[in-house]
Amino acid sequence: MTSTSSPNDWRGFVDDWSGDKEAFRAVPWGKAMMWIFLLSDTFIFGSFLTGYMTVRASTTVAWPNPSEVFALTVAGVHVPLLLIAIMTFVLITSSGTMAMAVNCGYRRDRRNAALLMVLTALLGAMFVGMQAFEWSKLIEDGVRPWGNPMGAAQFGSAFFMITGFHGLHVSIGVVYLLIVAFKVNRGDYERRGYQIVEITGLYWHFVDLVWVFIFAFFYLW
Amino acid sequence: MNETTSATGQQHPIGLYLKIWLLLFVLSAFSYMVDYFQLQGLLRWGLILFFMMLKAGLIVAVFMHMAWERLALIYAITLPPLALLVLVGLMWSEAGHTFLTRTLFFR
Repeated sequence: MTSTSSPNDWRGFVDDWSGDKEAFRAVPWGKAMMWIFLLSDTFIFGSFLTGYMTVRASTTVAWPNPSEVFALTVAGVHVPLLLIAIMTFVLITSSGTMAMAVNCGYRRDRRNAALLMVLTALLGAMFVGMQAFEWSKLIEDGVRPWGNPMGAAQFGSAFFMITGFHGLHVSIGVVYLLIVAFKVNRGDYERRGYQIVEITGLYWHFVDLVWVFIFAFFYLW
Repeated sequence: MNETTSATGQQHPIGLYLKIWLLLFVLSAFSYMVDYFQLQGLLRWGLILFFMMLKAGLIVAVFMHMAWERLALIYAITLPPLALLVLVGLMWSEAGHTFLTRTLFFR
């Protein structure tokens, strides 16, 4: 019926959606479902960030300066946002190793795919560890969900809610990665193929993607 | 870009991933510099958004392989989040109203 249309023009687009059967032709089922899950997750984080925008724009009290709140003093030098910058680089690095794991999976190099996934999980765990450190430092400084000594009370609730939910995603991702890495290494996917690594990668890159927005809107703004 | 890429899985050279990885590093460093050098005003917001969109675009297009997916999937995933802009618009005007009433009654 539609064999003449190309997948990447408007004709193919219309044919795919009007075919009265699966719309995402030639897309593995698991991948389509992961994308739809990530779409719903986009709305969760989008709503959190919108809520944060709302409380920040409507408060009459000055917003604490993130550059100062998240500054660290290393060897007597005062560096703004140091920990956050390191966390950003760790997460980007984990995205890089994840992408390489996908490549290894499709080349059926399952040892290296599993190894790179474990490395990705380790970097993720490192990120969560640094976040735990950041949380304890802020709690020590008196930041609470209902108030803080630096300014607008909403700062704490937005901070704990958004970074907490993101940290939860990273933690779940670490467990997810380790489970899939274990199964990849055991050879569970030798017959079915290695789409699973790409699908797991989608989740992991999404966590990195969300961090890009949190970094811009919460820490830099 | 051939029709079977999605079915057989997306195979791209590691070199491409490494280049994007490096680019993301550089862009992150740039956005960090915006804060480090304490740029202010329109320049600050503009640069933050610019680097943010570039990074997000690279992650979605290359790391998440969106650039090689079928249009049907691309639009199903990338168009709905635009509805969030409506929410942002509504809440922005709501926040302005709240701010105004707060300055009138609580100061």
